[in-house]
Amino acid sequence: MAGKKILLANDHVEGIRYYDAYRKHGGYTSVEKALKMTSDDIVEEVKKSGLRGRGGAGFPTGMKWSFLAKPEGVPRYLLCNADESEPGTFKDRYLMEYMPHSLVEGMIVSSFALGANTSYIYIRGEYMWIVSILEEAIAEAYKNGWLGKNIQGSGYDLDLYVTPGAGAYICGEETALIESLEGKRGNPRMKPPFPAIKGLWGCPTVVNNVETIATVPHIINMGGDAYAGIGVGRSTGTKLISACGNIRKPGVYEIEMGISVEEFIYSDEYCGGIADGKKLKAMIAGGSSVPILPHNLITKTAAGEPRLMTYESLADGGFISGTMLGSGGFIIYDEDQCIVHNTYTLARFYHHESCGQCSPCREGTGWMEKVLHRIENGHGKMSDIDLLVDVAKKIEGNTICPLGDAAAWPVAAAIRHFRDEFEWHIQEPEAAQRGNYPHWENRPEVVA
Amino acid sequence: MESSIKNNPAHVGCTFSADRLTEVDRLMKQYPEGKHKSAILRILHMGQKDFGWLSVEVMDYVASLLNIQPIEVYEVATFYSMYHLKPVGKYVFEFCQTGPCCTRGAEKTIDYIKNKLNIEVGGTSADGLFTLKTVECLGACGYAPMMQVGDVFFEHLNEEKIDTLIENWRKEAASKN
Ligand SMILES: Cc1cc2nc3c(=O)[nH]c(=O)nc-3n(C[C@H](O)[C@H](O)[C@H](O)COP(=O)(O)O)c2cc1C
Ligand code: SF4
Ligand code: FES
Repeated sequence: MAGKKILLANDHVEGIRYYDAYRKHGGYTSVEKALKMTSDDIVEEVKKSGLRGRGGAGFPTGMKWSFLAKPEGVPRYLLCNADESEPGTFKDRYLMEYMPHSLVEGMIVSSFALGANTSYIYIRGEYMWIVSILEEAIAEAYKNGWLGKNIQGSGYDLDLYVTPGAGAYICGEETALIESLEGKRGNPRMKPPFPAIKGLWGCPTVVNNVETIATVPHIINMGGDAYAGIGVGRSTGTKLISACGNIRKPGVYEIEMGISVEEFIYSDEYCGGIADGKKLKAMIAGGSSVPILPHNLITKTAAGEPRLMTYESLADGGFISGTMLGSGGFIIYDEDQCIVHNTYTLARFYHHESCGQCSPCREGTGWMEKVLHRIENGHGKMSDIDLLVDVAKKIEGNTICPLGDAAAWPVAAAIRHFRDEFEWHIQEPEAAQRGNYPHWENRPEVVA
Repeated sequence: MESSIKNNPAHVGCTFSADRLTEVDRLMKQYPEGKHKSAILRILHMGQKDFGWLSVEVMDYVASLLNIQPIEVYEVATFYSMYHLKPVGKYVFEFCQTGPCCTRGAEKTIDYIKNKLNIEVGGTSADGLFTLKTVECLGACGYAPMMQVGDVFFEHLNEEKIDTLIENWRKEAASKN
């Protein structure tokens, strides 16, 4: 069954990166429609659609919008989060690179709904060529009367700009993003106050992911109810998944929520199965921060149900036997991949990216990296495993921003599911240097 | 700040070209009155592009353009990993070493470059042309192994491609001398 495509329905149309082709294929019609609606009506449609934030947390977008404070005479801001730095995630890049106007259109409709007259796209500095692509699309939109003063004669004014970062994963966290956009170091702020009350330059602010914003025009065009009819239950619509690791066809795919994980991994429409005839050993479903799953919990839940590509099904079993859809960064590990090594590289990542404001995160990430490094290199002690679990627990929930949790979860999950592989590394360091853990297929029972 | 940075007189009296100053002006106007400091990251990128790396002179110059204290620029420049606070080779290889890229042999490819250029990570080749750095996920995980050089992503790398790239850059550098 060919899956339903919304965001990428036209991604292969010749010239779709430019205004003429984009407009010809229905681009900007949602702006025409939205400008005739009230902002409350637009928020209502987005609420009805069931759209949940595509940046990772999955918070309902319409609800987030309705929290925005609206004091008289104070500007409000919409910021697009294009920082995309979560390992395994490269979907927003695809959308911006190939369909920049879909983001511009989404920014116009969303800014109008929120009453913002100046909006910014904050994009990671490494995507510098996409800055040019977006600025070109924005210039075309100005030229054709979709941005600037009195858009399409509606009396609504909007200016849209692109601000690049300069290399810092933490700037994807919404309050760090705001600090960075103010021209400072990307140190997350204490919450409350939430950005909806005090955000950019102290003004009410909404931060949304690229994919979230690019979905809004489609909701306006088809209506919130129709969008909610796609997908399953509270996982409505489609989701972009960036698939990488040991699969035959790495890339960015749009899936209808509710297809099975099995179909996603093995069908030719998507990942095309495991590369080089190898076996599936493990999977991370939603970017490196979510728990890793061993092969026996990937296509089926612990209860034996088929695992689906939805927020709920992926989370089935909680952190004991489930994971999270997160950002849609899908990483597949084959039998040749070492879990200890992978956990080490991810711990190194979080240590490198910690902003250093809170001691549990700053010290804990460094500690985990160091311990994992010694286990990997054959100098581990058996007590190191529990030490890692303990450090992870002490970070979790004790920090200003969720980066601490994001660093703790992958380590905790790897040990939860692959403790035997860690033990083997410690007990048989020489064998571990030479090759991979031989018993990975015999998974112990899942225990609560 | 390291003294080696302070003492390097590389960029004394540095200034942007007239075109660049127009661009600086355009960028500062993207933010409301009094909030033009927001343009700092992008102006630092421009400084790095034009002057090779961010010396104290370059940072002080950026501070003067933005009309802010130099310390405000140092604070920012030291936070973000894309800024070079020391001289670097003409071509900086920023090679992704995060987990997803490792599943596709990133580490082997890094070793290949180390051997080929006879450098360690962080080092610059004897001819001053190439610097090798490892970086964290660049959002190209599906196209690994990969590295960024300047504004360009080089993806699906293998030994042969690396050989060709290095050869071409050597030629390019020689033709410019
Ligand atoms: C450490 C960290 C990194 C994050 N990185 C990103 C990112 O790169 N892109 C993104 O959209 N959201 C990221 N988020 C989530 C944002 O804080 C925020 O929830 C999101 O942009 C909201 O948009 P949404 O509701 O449309 O998903 C990150 C969060 C944390 C804690
Ligand atoms: S949890 Fe880590 S990244 Fe977040 S504010 Fe604290 S130190 Fe910074
Ligand atoms: S892990 Fe290397 S680009 Fe993402």
